[in-house]
Amino acid sequence: MLLRHTPKEITERSAVVINPAKTCQPIGAMYAALGIHGCLPHSHGSQGCCAYHRSALTKHYKEPISAATSSFTEGASVFGGQANLLQAIENIFTVYEPEVIAVHTTCLSETIGDDIKQIRDKAQKSGTIPKGKHVIYCNTPSYVGSHVTGFSNMVKGMTEVSENTGRKNGKVNVIPGWVEPSDMEELKRLAALMNVPITLFPDTSGILNGPMSGEFKMFPEGGVTMRELKEAGDAVGTLALGEWCSADAARSLDTRCKVPCRVLDMPFGLMATDRFVDALRIIAGTSVPEEITRERGQLVDMISDTHQYYYKKKVALFGDPDQLISMTEFLLSVDMMPVHMVTGTPGNKFEKRIKELTAHLPCAVNVKAGGDMFLLHQWIKNEPVDLLMGNTYGKYIARDEDIPFLRWGFPILDRVGHQYFPTVGYKGGLRLLEKILGLLLDRKDRDDSETTFELTL
Amino acid sequence: MAAKTNTAQWTPAEVKEEMLRKYPPKVARKRAQSILINEALENSTPEIQANVRTIPGIITMRGCTYAGCKGVIMGPTRDIVNLVHGPIGCSFYAWLTRRNQTDAGETGENYMPYAFCTDMQDSDIIFGGEKKLKAAVQEVYDLFHPKGIAIFATCPVGLIGDDIHAVAREMKEKFGDCNVFAFSCEGYKGVSQSAGHHIANNQVFRHLVGTEQNVKPGEYKINLLGEYNIGGDGFEIDRIFKKCGITNIATFSGNSTYDQFGTAHLADLSCVMCHRSINYVADMLETKYGIPWIKVNFIGAEATAKSLRKIGQYFGDKALIERIEAVINEEMPAVAEALADIKPRTEGKTAMLFVGGSRAHHYMELFGELGMKTLSTGYEFGHRDDYEGRHVIPTLKVDADSRNIEEIEVEADPVAYKPRKTGEELKGLEEAGFEFKDYKGLIPDMEKGTLVIDDLNQYEAEKLVELIRPDIFCAGIKEKYSIQKLGIPMKQLHSYDYGGPYAGFRGAVNFYKEIDRLVNSRVWGYMKAPWQENPELSATYVWE
Repeated sequence: MLLRHTPKEITERSAVVINPAKTCQPIGAMYAALGIHGCLPHSHGSQGCCAYHRSALTKHYKEPISAATSSFTEGASVFGGQANLLQAIENIFTVYEPEVIAVHTTCLSETIGDDIKQIRDKAQKSGTIPKGKHVIYCNTPSYVGSHVTGFSNMVKGMTEVSENTGRKNGKVNVIPGWVEPSDMEELKRLAALMNVPITLFPDTSGILNGPMSGEFKMFPEGGVTMRELKEAGDAVGTLALGEWCSADAARSLDTRCKVPCRVLDMPFGLMATDRFVDALRIIAGTSVPEEITRERGQLVDMISDTHQYYYKKKVALFGDPDQLISMTEFLLSVDMMPVHMVTGTPGNKFEKRIKELTAHLPCAVNVKAGGDMFLLHQWIKNEPVDLLMGNTYGKYIARDEDIPFLRWGFPILDRVGHQYFPTVGYKGGLRLLEKILGLLLDRKDRDDSETTFELTL
Repeated sequence: MAAKTNTAQWTPAEVKEEMLRKYPPKVARKRAQSILINEALENSTPEIQANVRTIPGIITMRGCTYAGCKGVIMGPTRDIVNLVHGPIGCSFYAWLTRRNQTDAGETGENYMPYAFCTDMQDSDIIFGGEKKLKAAVQEVYDLFHPKGIAIFATCPVGLIGDDIHAVAREMKEKFGDCNVFAFSCEGYKGVSQSAGHHIANNQVFRHLVGTEQNVKPGEYKINLLGEYNIGGDGFEIDRIFKKCGITNIATFSGNSTYDQFGTAHLADLSCVMCHRSINYVADMLETKYGIPWIKVNFIGAEATAKSLRKIGQYFGDKALIERIEAVINEEMPAVAEALADIKPRTEGKTAMLFVGGSRAHHYMELFGELGMKTLSTGYEFGHRDDYEGRHVIPTLKVDADSRNIEEIEVEADPVAYKPRKTGEELKGLEEAGFEFKDYKGLIPDMEKGTLVIDDLNQYEAEKLVELIRPDIFCAGIKEKYSIQKLGIPMKQLHSYDYGGPYAGFRGAVNFYKEIDRLVNSRVWGYMKAPWQENPELSATYVWE
């Protein structure tokens, strides 16, 4: 047994987190910043933070992750990191020549209270930031929220450059939230099929699923441009996908630039995708092409074809709030029974949404925001499930408890595919179901006796 | 596939100039001192700048003090609960990410698959986190009753002034049957992981070594220091030790246990693998308990044989020496067989290694066995003694960053100090060419005119690869894919790309096969599509 010390009996813990279902803000800010064209994310803190975030993102994407750090020393921690950041800005623009540096803070620089805006303005005034180049920033104290909060903060930071010129440009802002580059590509494809001009930000497609060509580009083609971010203030509206990941940025655009917004669930599964497509159609005043309706029909077809295998199967999930809410809805829509849900990200709204969604289930449902995987494992020991979904760390529980395991979320450190194949939209729904079905039927094939082993399923 | 020939068009001086050209003048001046064109003459090595601050904004390979302390040294110990005091991230990123294999047996303790953290919130930062830390230690104790709980400080802990050592003392006293101790390894200390190694060495020595007296039975008792069992390296070395009849009392710290650390003072020889990360413990074991130390290297089949013979010579027992020779004779044919197959495909190829604080040196052995030349190398967090040899230690300057890392004063233990050899025996060994407490560093093993570069960064790595185009580049995960995008295979020498073991005899064979796979893979020939190779349209199909 790998997790041999996890007892079945659940005891109350108030202080120690064991096997977290979250990580810290800065990595989210770094991931978001990689979705800007020509952007070098910069971590204002000790160099270890940056090294850890780059390592985690690299392992998840199998792609180079370039990011810089202020490399704080003990001296900088005492006297403030201004000199380090100014020096870093100069070095970065000279050596790597990005269009923009996206600075996020760390628990170190937040605890000592470095004022990034003041340092940025100083760099601007002194000419350390070359003409036409940008430094954007956000505050990401690691002791508040989670990696999701950091992502949200950096996306909000992007909207600080948006301007309302008074002339609407007919575009729709789509804030996709923390999804994979493949998902971002899929959202752009859907919008293009509907003929809706969108500005998607952040957009890591093309950046974190790049080709091998014998050339290394620190700043690949792809990503939202600074110009598009500026023009986001003239959009006709914003669709923010995910309350936790995207709503703050959308509301900021609404307040600052008078761009009206709607916050939707992330489009995982049939119903959430329906709502996304419908909202995009209405906001852009267009009709949905037959091709998309057909894709939807294919997903419904697959659900009906294979429904018997999902029916009343119990599922445990862990991950991030926005993703879990849509996924719970999707699993329920195929008559599976999500019974244990944990996110490490705090927020009572998560528990409330999940309870509403699962209210009709005939069994008890465990849900916790600010929980950890140790608790999830204990729940599973007490009420076993047929499927576990979550990031790679779930494999330890899956192996110990012998549960089929679907890798979905961040980070996925031991499989590929998430870079290339979306799980959003109807196509993404097909892929998710294909994976779930494969796992359930592989298990059935493994466990069936020779007598009951079936050719056709 | 035909072997790719590397004809370096650029002289080392030109490469160096090219690497520095784009830097702002201040950066160029500083980096110039860390880029050395090796012109070693006999008995003298040129000086390199190392263990100095990373330049802000320059994309470094380095990590932090916490990573060196919790991640590297304490991480692989399986029966101590490692509790990280701080916001969640540091604990999350150091959770199972270093591939330290452990074997807990059927009923043994193994906390490796767990991450424990106080998950500090803003209220803890404002009002102090000691209360939460105490509660967390109590909860860990109540749930698991481990032999030891180690507390690790992350950046904000030092800034807000939580006294983790006082908490540890209090809880240790309270429990009575659980050793609680703490590491002030805040990420901002020092200039790299290296400071964390030192902090970990100090506390392990202070709180663990010498706490147990029931030593493992067996002959020829040694400690293996600086071996972290990445990919099972330590298991392979232990297999060889067992075959030779050598008893490994304590590995620092691959698959280690509380009791191993506790009885390390009862060994008769310390064998140092990774000099950078563990030499402090080796020195302290010698000073306090009288255990001499030698540098060994089990990376490379020849190096393994040499290290075993060195151990045999130290104990000077004929039976052991003969048994070691028998083991070497038994193991080497498989190595020779693998080399006979693989070497014709690797001979003459070139490598670059930028990794760790000893690994870059150790792995040159394996490339040497494959007939490959190391064109350029350097450490991520090495000190000058790792490059130039331990003779430079007395001349090392103490700067603002190293001054803050504690040096603990150790004296000979009035009871437990026991010289392992008489003065005469030591003299005899030394006269026979045996070197105690010595490490000559990496530079003497590099050919003249090669480039030795400390704290290589992304920009310089890219330049090196572009200009010299080695057949393989070795570094860590952060460097892997930017190098491979350039069409050069990149081997991770921290995580081994999830392979290994590479230590010992069987490990050497694994490594030969892996390098053969990498440098001769067909994939590097697929970069261009046919229409990119021949873009001009010379004819079109005629469709009916």
